[in-house]
Amino acid sequence: MNLTLKIWRQKDSNAKGQMVDYKVTEISEHMSFLEMMDVLNEQLVNSGEEPVAFDHDCREGICGMCSMYINGEAHGPDRGITTCQLHMRMFNDGDTITIEPFRAAAFPVIKDLVVDRTAFERIQQAGGYISVNTSGNTQDANSIPISKHDADEAMDAATCIGCGACVATCKNSSAMLFVGAKVSQYALLPQGQVEAADRVQNMVAQMDLEGFGNCTNTGACEVECPKGISLDNIARMNRELMKATIK
Amino acid sequence: MALDSRVPKGPIKDKWTDYKNKIDLVNPANKRHIDIIVVGTGLAGGSAAATLAELGYNVKAFAYQDSPRRAHSIAAQGGINAAKNYQGDGDSTYRLFYDTVKGGDYRSREANVYRLAEVSTNIIDQCVAQGVPFARDYGGLLDNRSFGGVLVSRTFYAKGQTGQQLLLGAYSAMNRQIARGKIEMFNRHEMLDVVKVDGKARGIIARNLITGEIERHSAHAVVVATGGYGNVYFLSTNAMGSNVTAAWKIHKKGAYFANPCYTQIHPTCIPRSGDYQSKLTLMSESLRNDGRIWVPKSLDDVKAIREGRKKPTDLSEDERDYYLERRYPAFGNLVPRDVASRAAKERCDAGYGVNATGEAVYLDFAAAIERYGREQAKIHNIENASDAKIYELGQKIVEAKYGNLFQMYEKIVDQNPYKTPMMIYPAVHYTMGGVWVDYNLMTTVPGLYCIGEANFSDHGANRLGASALMQGLADGYFVLPYTIGDYLSDDIRTGKISTDTEEFEEAEKEVKAKIDFFVTNKGTKSVDYFHKKLGKIMWDKCGMSRNEKGLKEAMVEIKAIREEFWKEVSVPGTANEMNPELEKAGRVADFLELGELFAKDALTRNESCGGHFREESAEESGPQKGEAKRNDKDYAFVSAWEYKGEPADAVLHKEQLEFKDIELKQRSYK
Repeated sequence: MNLTLKIWRQKDSNAKGQMVDYKVTEISEHMSFLEMMDVLNEQLVNSGEEPVAFDHDCREGICGMCSMYINGEAHGPDRGITTCQLHMRMFNDGDTITIEPFRAAAFPVIKDLVVDRTAFERIQQAGGYISVNTSGNTQDANSIPISKHDADEAMDAATCIGCGACVATCKNSSAMLFVGAKVSQYALLPQGQVEAADRVQNMVAQMDLEGFGNCTNTGACEVECPKGISLDNIARMNRELMKATIK
Repeated sequence: MALDSRVPKGPIKDKWTDYKNKIDLVNPANKRHIDIIVVGTGLAGGSAAATLAELGYNVKAFAYQDSPRRAHSIAAQGGINAAKNYQGDGDSTYRLFYDTVKGGDYRSREANVYRLAEVSTNIIDQCVAQGVPFARDYGGLLDNRSFGGVLVSRTFYAKGQTGQQLLLGAYSAMNRQIARGKIEMFNRHEMLDVVKVDGKARGIIARNLITGEIERHSAHAVVVATGGYGNVYFLSTNAMGSNVTAAWKIHKKGAYFANPCYTQIHPTCIPRSGDYQSKLTLMSESLRNDGRIWVPKSLDDVKAIREGRKKPTDLSEDERDYYLERRYPAFGNLVPRDVASRAAKERCDAGYGVNATGEAVYLDFAAAIERYGREQAKIHNIENASDAKIYELGQKIVEAKYGNLFQMYEKIVDQNPYKTPMMIYPAVHYTMGGVWVDYNLMTTVPGLYCIGEANFSDHGANRLGASALMQGLADGYFVLPYTIGDYLSDDIRTGKISTDTEEFEEAEKEVKAKIDFFVTNKGTKSVDYFHKKLGKIMWDKCGMSRNEKGLKEAMVEIKAIREEFWKEVSVPGTANEMNPELEKAGRVADFLELGELFAKDALTRNESCGGHFREESAEESGPQKGEAKRNDKDYAFVSAWEYKGEPADAVLHKEQLEFKDIELKQRSYK
């Protein structure tokens, strides 16, 4: 296929960015979206131009590094996948594809399509852990049975890859799905109970400090989440926060 | 320098305990005066950074990604082994030790492997305490699955995302220490050299990947935990950024590099579809529990399938060659990874590959679906169930077991694996070789440690499934934090290491000169051009099977590419900005050196062992004809290479391997 790409180019965090048009030809439908970007970049390098910077690493949908906003959707038109798992068969010959970075006040652009997601790091540092030392002197793993249902639900919440699609998609740039997923994972496990109240309060406070918006229950985050993290996690976080506040 | 593995004396089962009891420690008040640099934040680096910080050391951790959580450990699917014996099926520390040594084809260090098996149970306790949501059964206890090459069920898992959950556990432990200020985290930083002062590792030179700034960081000890070098093949299941740079730089500064030729080529990956391909995707080994591997018996059918005139489902049972079941009746589709990979290559080389590239075999679930369907029909008391009903019932079971893998396959290949067999082909997955370390996990440079996949020690010539996660966490949580104290106990009066010295100056100058070269050399070819060329030689001549002629050619050809690289490489952009092409150039430059040493190592090892198959060393007759022939008399040693300038000039040091607790046997899966 032959395609026209409209790509956000921005030299660095201080520069003013703009959309730039590129043409790519002979794109195979079996290519992944990022392989199509590789073809473009090889083309740019060979003609002495600067290639488009974009984040990517594992290219199998688990590291959470890739982060493009394609034709107005985080990770593009397919569902349940990241950009690296998007394939060109989702597009047609002659298409024009718009490619932007994930946009949010808390995710400043570093260069081209690369954004700074360290706000997520600081939220995790505020309470996304259980305070147990890694000494190996913990009790036997089977000493506390955990119902399969709870363990499975905790696992579903824990599959969040921290890509930020929820924030990029939300009209309020809210990070509640991301934070809710971590809070839920620990709220569902006995090991997480001891610090539950502090955890949710600290993480939510940090989330607000970073400038993420509030949740108005639109549910776009759940639709665009590559790992299908459920909106229930936001409800659980609100419940946990309420419990912690009135205690 | 003679190699001293520093393995403690005494019976194998007491070595680690006795050693820990006698080792020098640093008292808590002194730990806060000691700095440690940890490079890499995967399972090994992340767990080490967290534990060292908990102990009280000041840790500086470095990752090239934007968060420690993105390290490639995150992509491990299957599970983690531990000798818990929760299933009561006869597992024990000894059995895990035995399986690992045997699986590694008797090329690993016995004492290290025993220690690994010993601490494996702690890992599971630790991870559960951290909130890792392992799979559980209906009674609320931990569930296990079994993996290739062993007779017990000892693999703990979290769906098909075990690596992710374990890494997020280590990441959470790191976050706790980052919040306390005990770990200073440097995201988007790449280590470009190690700095030695008076022969000891005392710091690193790193590049800030956002600003391009070159930074000096000092410490009393440096830990390298930067993973494997599978990307030397260009195409592998590694992440795009996975590289050998940190390991190679320390090699050039005096750390010996061990067994570079030991590479694991995983049999069940999605085949390559074209030249644009950037990486390969692994499908968990667990699929081989239910899938049957085959190619057509007749070349006419192969041709018809490639041309689209026939579908695989058109072929009757008689027309199919289930070659693993044919060649290895005892283990069938569950032979170890190296055996399954070589068998697939053998069929494809003979012209039986089933896709356009000729490099694919079928992995068929039809029989499993039918078997499960009949079983379900019986369970649900459905009499005379139609074929369609049986298929429907069976599909549900297969979906519950492998649903996410089937979905992933369909997204990539655009074929429904419930309806038509999957296509698979082997791909480079893991490197057992790496930086040589002693029992303390210290390299041949004092104060310089290497842990996880980046070192060489525990998997010998072949790694068993679900053991990589075990080793990464064992090194980081439970081994290094003890052994490093023995070294640092001499450093309590050293005080802060200054970066304002000649040694740092010199190292920084060297790093900057190389970067300047790249951005000013107006060559004609992209970095990827060279990387792809190197990858092709590695795959063709240092891949699943190797011979003297090919390896000699590879050494010459890699050297030629390297020379061309330094003349013709083109890197756009500048040094003082985010520049992914510049990052790649530095990494490929190191791969171009490692590749040659790899071929030299493979050439020197004139035996077949584990993942290293030398065509000159195969069984010539008898029931094992054509199978790998190990040579314990001449090659029961670790090859540790000392850097001497050109990779071809590297000097070989041998660490003789002694097996006191295990009898050496030829592996047979017939």
